[in-house]
Amino acid sequence: MSPSASLREIALTPVRVVMGLIDAPLRALQKRTGLSGMALFFLAPNMLIFGIFVLLPLAINFVYSLTGGSALFLPDRSYVGGNQYERLFDCSSYLDPLTCQEDAFWTAVSNTFWFVVLQVTFMILAALVTALILNRNLAARSFWRAVFFFPVLLSPVVVGLIWRWILQRQGLLNFILYPFGVEPYTWLTDRMWSFTAAVGVSLWAHMGFYALILLAGLQAIPKDLYEAADMDGTRPARVFWRITLPLLMPNLIVVIVLALIRSVQVFDEVYILTGGGPGTSTLFLTQYIYETGFVSQPRNPGLAAAASILMGLVLVVLTLLQLGLGRRGENKGKR
Amino acid sequence: MGQIKLTNVKKSFGAVDVLHGIDLDIRGGELVVFVGPSGCGKSTLLRAIAGLEKITSGEIAIDGKPVNDVTAADRGLAMVFQSYALYPHMSVRQNLAFGLENSKMPKAEIKERITEAARMLEIEPYLERRPGQLSGGQRQRVAIGRAIVRRPVAFLLDEPLSNLDAELRVSTRAELAALHARLASTMIYVTHDQVEAMTLADRIVVLRAGRIEQVGSPLDLYNTPANRFVAGFIGAPHMNFLQATIASVTPESIVVTLPGDHRLEIPSKGSGLVQGAKVTLGVRPQHIGLGSGTTGANQSIPARIRLVEALGSETVIHADLAGEKMLVVVAGQHRLTPGADIDLSLSAAPIHLFDEKGLRIEHAV
Amino acid sequence: MGRTIGFILRRRGGKFWHWTDIVTWVWLIGGLLIMFGPALWLIFSSFKTPAALAEFPPSILPYASQQVTVQGYDKPLVLYDVTLPDGTTKKLAEVRRIGLFSQMVDPQTPGEPIRVSINDRKPVRALSFATENYTEPFVHFDFFRYLGNSVFVTVMATLITLVVNSMAAFALSKYEFRGRSFAMLIILATLMVPLSVIMVPLYSIISTLGLFNNLWGVILPTVATPTGVFILRQYMLTIPDELIDAARMDKASEWQIYWRIVLPLTAPALAVLAIFSVVWRWNDFLWPLIVLSRKELYTLQVGLSIYSGELNVQWHFILSMTVVTMIPVVLVFIFLQRFITTGIAGTGLK
Ligand SMILES: Nc1ncnc2c1ncn2[C@@H]1O[C@H](COP(=O)(O)OP(=O)(O)OP(=O)(O)O)[C@@H](O)[C@H]1O
Ligand SMILES: [Mg+2]
Repeated sequence: MSPSASLREIALTPVRVVMGLIDAPLRALQKRTGLSGMALFFLAPNMLIFGIFVLLPLAINFVYSLTGGSALFLPDRSYVGGNQYERLFDCSSYLDPLTCQEDAFWTAVSNTFWFVVLQVTFMILAALVTALILNRNLAARSFWRAVFFFPVLLSPVVVGLIWRWILQRQGLLNFILYPFGVEPYTWLTDRMWSFTAAVGVSLWAHMGFYALILLAGLQAIPKDLYEAADMDGTRPARVFWRITLPLLMPNLIVVIVLALIRSVQVFDEVYILTGGGPGTSTLFLTQYIYETGFVSQPRNPGLAAAASILMGLVLVVLTLLQLGLGRRGENKGKR
Repeated sequence: MGQIKLTNVKKSFGAVDVLHGIDLDIRGGELVVFVGPSGCGKSTLLRAIAGLEKITSGEIAIDGKPVNDVTAADRGLAMVFQSYALYPHMSVRQNLAFGLENSKMPKAEIKERITEAARMLEIEPYLERRPGQLSGGQRQRVAIGRAIVRRPVAFLLDEPLSNLDAELRVSTRAELAALHARLASTMIYVTHDQVEAMTLADRIVVLRAGRIEQVGSPLDLYNTPANRFVAGFIGAPHMNFLQATIASVTPESIVVTLPGDHRLEIPSKGSGLVQGAKVTLGVRPQHIGLGSGTTGANQSIPARIRLVEALGSETVIHADLAGEKMLVVVAGQHRLTPGADIDLSLSAAPIHLFDEKGLRIEHAV
Repeated sequence: MGRTIGFILRRRGGKFWHWTDIVTWVWLIGGLLIMFGPALWLIFSSFKTPAALAEFPPSILPYASQQVTVQGYDKPLVLYDVTLPDGTTKKLAEVRRIGLFSQMVDPQTPGEPIRVSINDRKPVRALSFATENYTEPFVHFDFFRYLGNSVFVTVMATLITLVVNSMAAFALSKYEFRGRSFAMLIILATLMVPLSVIMVPLYSIISTLGLFNNLWGVILPTVATPTGVFILRQYMLTIPDELIDAARMDKASEWQIYWRIVLPLTAPALAVLAIFSVVWRWNDFLWPLIVLSRKELYTLQVGLSIYSGELNVQWHFILSMTVVTMIPVVLVFIFLQRFITTGIAGTGLK
């Protein structure tokens, strides 16, 4: 036996013993309940945890949004009906967040909206270009793929800190721009620049993920289609528009919707990078919910729940969009 | 040992009835083959016997004891699957040992049984390999070995040869027959290959659409098929069928009118047929001879050659009889050209007659 | 050599550089700099002393001014290259600075102070790694404790995820029972439920269960991942049912079938899920931030973010701790990249 095999034996022995010990009572259970009973036994732990920590919160979230006060537990909270929603929607002019009672909410909504629009647009473009380039006949392709994929695994906290360090006054960016006569600048104290940084940093952190999915789609396109197009003397631009893009559509749709769904929830890295500031220039919805529910004094869980339900509705719409488009995309791919 | 008795066994998947009341009595030590077209319920019946599929109604008894509520593990049967179902992550030895370990057999005995089975099946050199490192034929032996070490009351085999190439199939078939002779235990063997059925079976069970069409020894089925379906299913190439009308009946023979108004006289006694009755006439391709120009004789019929397949030892003729296709297999080599007319002689042929429902009409020659 | 370069730089057919070749190389090289540059910058910076960190323009590599101990002075003095009025250069140590002038001494002859214009002197610098950035947090902060908490959360959550998800996936792929499609539907429907939507009620449930300020409160809500159940089930569906029938004929109990047949055969999918789970749990931030309010329970991510939010940020420690936090993920990346990329390409999970 090879050393690694015997090592594995040693490592597996305790597992064997435990599993073997469990076996006897489970055999008895199986005798009594039969196969379908065993199925429930296998399903139970996951469904129990899932039920308590996902389904139950999902269900009582709505109840929360109908209650007021700062108490945490439902029994201690007073029923206020639709007041929380009214409060969220109480604006004199819907075009200007500042005229709303919950101006922070509307600022967060408008910031999130612009963030989603910009981030997703650039994300798709950059990911598509990267995927197309990685799909070329490159030497050391897996290396280049790794280059673009690298930031995806980094934790949002690390990403936020790296870029906060780069964008500060003595940072790398100022250092690079210095020779071009740009005075050192604290980028993150500027409303416009900090928003730009939020978009850019989240692009940096996630682009590789989407590029990878698109690359998988590109590689699944049969080579003979390109050879056939070559034989016909089709121009490269036409090949892209008539072969590559239509066949990539299913993946592209997945990527667009995933990017939309995730960018609506933007929080971690931006929170570390800017803390939502300066002012409220990079305050996004998740941060609003978090701060309303947990940080502000007094905290307002009902309002946070109401806001999170509105956000959930947006996500449901986007998910349905994916299901609908996904089906259409699939059919397209088959044709 | 190894008696299996099925009484009115029915099985349905939801609204779909797959088995419609199967009655069957399998004697100990017998090799019974289930044949039938794809989807007729062979596997379902076998899995019901194994206990892998709960039956909807009826009773299954092994050695006289009803086992309806006994789990697959406790019925004492072993099964060889079509895909072999060897555990891919275990060595051959572990594959063989798995079932024995589960029944808490002492290590020494497990070892002994594996050695014995491995010797019998000549798989000793591969005992430490994984199934993925074996050829199809070797995997097949391991699958059989896994059944053998269990020393089961009966073996259940579901199309065990269907994944082998033609040549290997023939040799493995012979080995299986030898194995059965040696172990002398009950085997139920599922196949849709009627050659396998004919060569292996003590008795064949022909199934169609969840019903038993006929049970009998291979030659019984070949010589006296109970109905048109069995007649067509057993024997290769399959039996020729011609629509015929009874023209006249004498005590010694009957005369039928075939397509194209040919008349054919068949020696026959006690068929109970009357003039004008419609029958299907069946004759096996091998039983038709080439006529010697005596056209008009009552036992030969004129036909036109459409295609000739010369196989060397025999010649297969595709002929056309007034629009009906006829297959003829004659021994030896013959110079025949498509388009030519020939006479087909039925004088030596056993003629099968089936009524309008497809049931056999008994008639002595 | 020429050949290798030719291979690496091979172009889109033709003799000439097509514009797409140029775009490709600009994109690749630019990508290399932008993707790796920030991380490298972080690593270099993490070895700089606080003084070097405050400099502008910064140096790329961690340099530190050299210091000498000179007889007659308590503190070590900073060493400078000085251009003397007669044009010669000399290494002198600075005693103190007065306006535009600096009072310096020659370390060899400490008795005679020299007045030098500050424009005529440059600090003597050498490559030096401020390893105390790494060693001190271990002593001063509860860095070890954060690390331990993070490891505990990651390992426990991953183990439980694997066991619980694979059991559920087994039930959903290999058994027929009433409610199966319903369970599947629920799992599919909640694939996309993000934390932000259930934050408030989840927090109250955790508190009710007494799991507030408890690492299990961080672990439990994450382990029943629908994604995990989903990918494991997809994989288990490819295991032939005949194999399970064979095991049943072999007198295996259902539990044995699960752990001796199905689990080993699902190993590739389990490995992918394990890797992802490790990365997810290691990187989790918002939920631990909500559940953990006691310092000694912080995970690395929470600890880092709290420190970096303090008024006078001690960047030299933050940077080094960031590097340490990055290490496991970078290791996963280097050794298991192939697994991850194929996992993502195959299932679209992240
Ligand atoms: N789990 C099931 N649910 C519903 N219908 C089933 C199921 N298993 C089998 N059937 C149906 O039962 C019928 C008999 O299937 P079975 O597998 O027994 O056929 P078979 O005779 O073994 O065919 P083959 O020669 O192709 O293996 C088929 O029509 C099949 O579609
Ligand atoms: Mg079958």
